[in-house]
Amino acid sequence: MNTLLSVSGLSLTVGPGGREIVRDVSFEVGAGEMVGIVGESGSGKTQAARAVLGLTPPPLVRSSGSIMFEGVDLATADAATLRKLRGARIGMVFQEPMTSLNPSMPIGRQLDEGLALHRRDLTPGARKDRIIDMLARVGIADPQAALVAWPHEFSGGMRQRMMLASVMLLEPALLIADEPTTALDAVVQRDVLELMVALTRDHNTAVLMISHDLPMVARYTERMIVMQQGEVVEAGPTVDMLARPQHPYTRKLLASMPKRGLARAASSEAPLVSVKQLAIDYPGRQRLFSRTASKRALHGIDLIVHPREVVAVVGGSGSGKTTLGRTIAGLLKPSEGEILFRGRSIQKSNAGWRDYRLNCQMVFQDPYSSLDPRMSIGQLVGEGLRQIPDLSDADKRKRVDEVLEEVGLGSAYAPRYPHELSGGQRQRVAIARAIVRRPSFVIADEPVSALDVTVRAQVLALFAELQARHGFSCLFISHDLGVVEQVADRVVVMQQGRIVEEGLRDTIFDAPREAYTRQLLSAIPTLEPAGEGGVQLKWRFENGFA
Amino acid sequence: MNTPAMNTPTPASAATRKRRRLAPNALLGMLIVGLVVLAALIGTFWTPFDPLKINFAMRLKGPGGPYLLGTDEFGRDELSRLMLGASSSVWISLLTVSFSVIVGTAIGVLTGFVRGWTDRIIMAFNNALLAFPGLLLALGLLAVVGANKYGIILALGLAYTPSVTRIVRGTVLSLREKEFIESSRVLGNSELYTMFRHVLPNCVAPLTVLATSMFGWVILAESALSFLGLGVPPPAPTWGNMLASARPFMAQATYLSIFPGLCIALTLLGINLLGDAVRDRLDPRMRGAR
Repeated sequence: MNTLLSVSGLSLTVGPGGREIVRDVSFEVGAGEMVGIVGESGSGKTQAARAVLGLTPPPLVRSSGSIMFEGVDLATADAATLRKLRGARIGMVFQEPMTSLNPSMPIGRQLDEGLALHRRDLTPGARKDRIIDMLARVGIADPQAALVAWPHEFSGGMRQRMMLASVMLLEPALLIADEPTTALDAVVQRDVLELMVALTRDHNTAVLMISHDLPMVARYTERMIVMQQGEVVEAGPTVDMLARPQHPYTRKLLASMPKRGLARAASSEAPLVSVKQLAIDYPGRQRLFSRTASKRALHGIDLIVHPREVVAVVGGSGSGKTTLGRTIAGLLKPSEGEILFRGRSIQKSNAGWRDYRLNCQMVFQDPYSSLDPRMSIGQLVGEGLRQIPDLSDADKRKRVDEVLEEVGLGSAYAPRYPHELSGGQRQRVAIARAIVRRPSFVIADEPVSALDVTVRAQVLALFAELQARHGFSCLFISHDLGVVEQVADRVVVMQQGRIVEEGLRDTIFDAPREAYTRQLLSAIPTLEPAGEGGVQLKWRFENGFA
Repeated sequence: MNTPAMNTPTPASAATRKRRRLAPNALLGMLIVGLVVLAALIGTFWTPFDPLKINFAMRLKGPGGPYLLGTDEFGRDELSRLMLGASSSVWISLLTVSFSVIVGTAIGVLTGFVRGWTDRIIMAFNNALLAFPGLLLALGLLAVVGANKYGIILALGLAYTPSVTRIVRGTVLSLREKEFIESSRVLGNSELYTMFRHVLPNCVAPLTVLATSMFGWVILAESALSFLGLGVPPPAPTWGNMLASARPFMAQATYLSIFPGLCIALTLLGINLLGDAVRDRLDPRMRGAR
């Protein structure tokens, strides 16, 4: 195979002589080959790939190394040369489909931009034909109509297809895909990736895929590169690296993949929380004299959580799982139905509410916005104790220190502020804040989805340990089936505001009844341990997707 | 950034705990504001000459000699008038800005947090007020309350309140969508507590920026009002009316416009520098930053 791109000894620093973000990185991409760069946030994987296009953000400068692409050294090439290559020979797909298309430009014009610039030989009519063909190829139902449509009229998955279409129109030799499907749903993710593979095969385009999602890289790439703190720690054929990882960090990454936990006996105690025929309507938009029709987000939800049980709610985006969690937490008022806590109906006005409020706590998804930036960690955690009047200040401080110790931070963190902490540490603070009052019920809304793989494993382990120690029940909302498989006792599958299937974890994962559950489970492959610290790629249902 | 090394908890380092030294900008700001306040304080009790005494023999004397900064068209000592003017200018702008910030913040937080009909009615009224230029609004109000020092404060204060309300409301609306506000609710905190403990402190940054620039507007608006004969009534000096009365002598006695103008410009510079320093100091994210 002839080499298309060859990066050797590349180093990037913050300003001349500054801190090294990327250190002595070398890799090659052959023509038509799919290569994955894997690493956690801060590993420099994105900057290394962006350097190929000369798109590193301003403070970063290249201190050494070369980037050879089709006989040209991109590292020293002038701006005009780079401009000719960008788009035409090297395309790029970004992570966030919601912001990578210009919202004030129709799809047709946006797709035409690249063609008009790089393919001067084509007439406007010929360009239009190509665009329509390509839109049809990426699965847009009515390409003619899409030409004059605006980006906001399409879903995230559709936009990512269009982004792919705009890049592949120019038939580049290399496609750089930076976390191309991270922002998408599991099921949509698989569709978009399959499409990307098919399109790049058609044109013999090589792909450099940057991702933190190991199963995905394992599934689609031929070779992979593992980066840690700016350095390449291991590189090689994907199959070999998965089966026999050499570097300790690679082994750690693979070991961090969620595994199914031991099944626990089903609880027969009276339910702690039960939800009956719950429905939520989002009010329609207010017009001058009327309202547009309201939209029902949840339809007749029945749900039971037993003491000490972890119930996971899974589903794609828009399935209503977050709305359900927020309603049970008391942040939204149910339009119909009721919530019972220890057999008593909970409403904001009645006596049970106070007891419920003290016993039901929540961990939010984004540790960057769920902590008030102006309060110290000690204040944040201590705030949970405000509602307990018969606790002296000294006792409160002691409890805060204890809880900080429990979540693995220690009392030294109390005077610190959230911005000084990493994402994983912040999520530990959020957990400490939730459990400081010893609640009997915790709602966790995607608590680990914003975290890196290894940090995610640590936080999940912490969560399991705390749950075993304090015995709280948990409603665990997640789109990540691997995580759910590790923590849940029971699983509830939601789609479009309804519960489609519910059952014990092993039943749901091994023998789902509903087609949607199968589809969800088969969207993402898993990596199962296979001895020698290695893993093997496994689909849950080979034919589940059909 | 999540390097694995950062995930192993380490005790808080002493460096991040230590109070940061004052930045040179903050020091300069404090120095200027301090000087102005000192001049205003002294000016209230003592000035080199009587700032109101008319002496036609000493008309339009240039700087130097016994009159350090010269005399005006009535032979009054410029330095004495500047010192006395400092006290009224600083006092007027301070009270005006405090008035608009307090009233505007209260209304803004209320409408942003309560929303619904309260918000709609108050904001409709607020936007109607915003449609008038601040100065025009102040003129109208002055006609009602009468042209004196406290009338000016009330008129300018009310005229600038709508812009504060708008900015605070916008900040509150974006803050209330943040998860830490919901997190406070889940803990069982009352709405009032959440508002004071979590919403209000996070409005400080935009408010400081607004308040410091408002200082400038107010000093200028006061001089504009004086120019129209609606400011602090003569012969009492303010920087604004001194500047206004210096205009006809721009050619013969340039210093008469330069000194009050310089006072206004320097004060604004000082207040802006100080405002930035205060904002950074109140934000824990900026502490320990380089």
